[in-house]
Amino acid sequence: MYSSKLRIYTLATVVTLATAFGLAALYAPIEADQGFSQKIFYVHVPMAIVALGGFVYGGIEGLRYLRTRDPKHDLRSYTAIHMSVILGLGVLITGSIWAKVAWDVWFEWREATLVSFLIVFLLYATYQPLRFAILDPEKQARYAAVFAVTAGAFVPLNFMAVRLAEPFIHPRVLNNTTGGALPTEMKIPFYIALVGMTLLFITLCKLEMTHKLTRGRVKGLERRLDALRGETDDSTLPPRSAAPQVVA
Amino acid sequence: MSLEPRGITTRKAVGALLRKELLLERRVPQVLPAMALFSITTFVVFRFALDATSVEGDTASGVLWVTLLFAAMLGAGRLYVADHEEGGIDALLLAPVDRTALLISKAVTFLVFLVLVEVVALPAFVILLLGPGLSPGDIAALALVLLMADVGIAVIGTLFGALAIQTRARDLILPLMALPLLVPVIISAAKASAPLLAATGADSLPGRYLALLGLYDLVFGLLAYAVFDYLFDD
Amino acid sequence: MDAAAPAIELDGLRRRYGHRLALDGVTLTLAAGQTLVVFGPNGAGKSTLLRVLATLLRPTDGVVRILGEALPERAWIVRGHLGLLTHEPLLYGDLSARENLRFHARLRGVPLQRVDDLLAEVKLERRADEPVHTYSRGMLQRTAACRAVLHDPALLLLDEPRANLDPGAIELLEPLVGRQSGRSRVVTSHDPAAGLAEADLVLGLKDGRTAFLAAPDELTPGAITDLYRT
Repeated sequence: MYSSKLRIYTLATVVTLATAFGLAALYAPIEADQGFSQKIFYVHVPMAIVALGGFVYGGIEGLRYLRTRDPKHDLRSYTAIHMSVILGLGVLITGSIWAKVAWDVWFEWREATLVSFLIVFLLYATYQPLRFAILDPEKQARYAAVFAVTAGAFVPLNFMAVRLAEPFIHPRVLNNTTGGALPTEMKIPFYIALVGMTLLFITLCKLEMTHKLTRGRVKGLERRLDALRGETDDSTLPPRSAAPQVVA
Repeated sequence: MSLEPRGITTRKAVGALLRKELLLERRVPQVLPAMALFSITTFVVFRFALDATSVEGDTASGVLWVTLLFAAMLGAGRLYVADHEEGGIDALLLAPVDRTALLISKAVTFLVFLVLVEVVALPAFVILLLGPGLSPGDIAALALVLLMADVGIAVIGTLFGALAIQTRARDLILPLMALPLLVPVIISAAKASAPLLAATGADSLPGRYLALLGLYDLVFGLLAYAVFDYLFDD
Repeated sequence: MDAAAPAIELDGLRRRYGHRLALDGVTLTLAAGQTLVVFGPNGAGKSTLLRVLATLLRPTDGVVRILGEALPERAWIVRGHLGLLTHEPLLYGDLSARENLRFHARLRGVPLQRVDDLLAEVKLERRADEPVHTYSRGMLQRTAACRAVLHDPALLLLDEPRANLDPGAIELLEPLVGRQSGRSRVVTSHDPAAGLAEADLVLGLKDGRTAFLAAPDELTPGAITDLYRT
């Protein structure tokens, strides 16, 4: 179901990201204070925006699952959150590198956005352990959905809270390079990078979901074959897993 | 042709449930003494960890809130244990009563516990660690901050306590999930309390942090109300 | 309530657990006031069936009607007319029988006097104010039975109610939860002779599927023990 146009998506992703980074490296101006290393911004910020969007989307799909009990929403919710956590790790790493190069610290507690993101990341890092700790697959999906919805609502509230708490004597690095102050030569690669990251996210999610569905179908067929041969599956529990069980 | 509905109002159900909760805790006090003792012990530990006989301002605020938060995690972990193990959540689910009555009764119970613990912990804190004194005005303002933060902690603790009790690693997973979620509460509460605990004659209460606490309580209160049912709808 | 409405109507009831079907297409009708006895080895789906009927589990598929009301939509109404008695007494160990039952009475809008009446019926008044964790198995079950019938339910769901009970206790429970009570009942059992004696309808489950569904006089105890052979 998700494998349609997978090739097209992959191609689009590669092309868009290559264009974005190429433009960022060659066409965008070099920032006065930080030099070439500032360009990590074109990776770090789009990744962060997409990851946060992914978390919120995971919450939306979680809500859909609660209302319809249709397992496809659970699969989408799980995959979106899973991918966003991976991207989130990338955000923290690139953010750390950028901080080290720009301000000579590995982490900047006074930067509200970084701190908020760290907290959100720590929260979502508990998603998979939570799922793994619930054996009953239906209950697992339901509880994960409740978590996804709550955490999704938490994301904007958290950013608001942390921002409120920080007096902004410290120059807001991200404000210098985003929003209205952004010159055109930086805007173009930035927005292309944003589109590219979104495509990357979608492609990776499609890949993972296709993989799970296919594996689920294969297992279903194996089970039917065993049943025909007379070797019935004696296990009373499905194998323990944090990922949604695909029933085929 | 159809059956007569036999339920009672949610308000009465909350009343019956609350009565049971408080009766249980009175009969065999487990949660309250543990939380109170934990708080006091933690203050003592802080004294040695910080190597300071008195704290004030931001540090005092931090010590107070971290301690209360971890005491709350301790309490939240025990909220559903009696029901899950012996009373049987099934018996509660069999009653023709709105599931949210369970949410409200548990949250109110937890809130009551938090307030009672603070009644003990706050004086202990003042005696053991706080440098500057507290005027009645300070105490009143502090009580307001405590109450508003407690509501948020109670809501999150109740919702995620219900989540965690069904898992295999419940004592671990509850704090892991709840602590990041409570960060906005801690930020607001600590920032709001710091001026009240300052040495240079206490300042007044910063309003915006109370506003944020209020917003948090409202958002998560409504959210918990909306999703709690799904935890019990097998 | 329409007196003619069957106690239970099941049509193709399915309950999934992962890729496995805990219940696979159970179909039966139980008339009001009658007793259904369910046999089957462990894991056959007896407890699952009971829990679905108790509205504690949603059916994955199929039609379930209890006392004329469809599940899961009307579960909230049906709950007021069901009583469940399982292995676990579902009582708070630190509270007394009286306190436990009063709590349930308040929760169901039942007058507190009924608690005292029931405790007298099962002869527990003397020790009704002691914590439940001091009770013997028989006393626990008697208290639990009171809890189950507190609100005078039309349908009783009993999971091996006589397991580990002495004959004295069993006798005390009869008017509350036995055939004498006149209520519609579903009873799971491992005792072929006793089960057949009290049944109006017999269901045999194996691996979630219906092995047999018949009136008691159409079955022999041997047919039932066959269920347990792999």
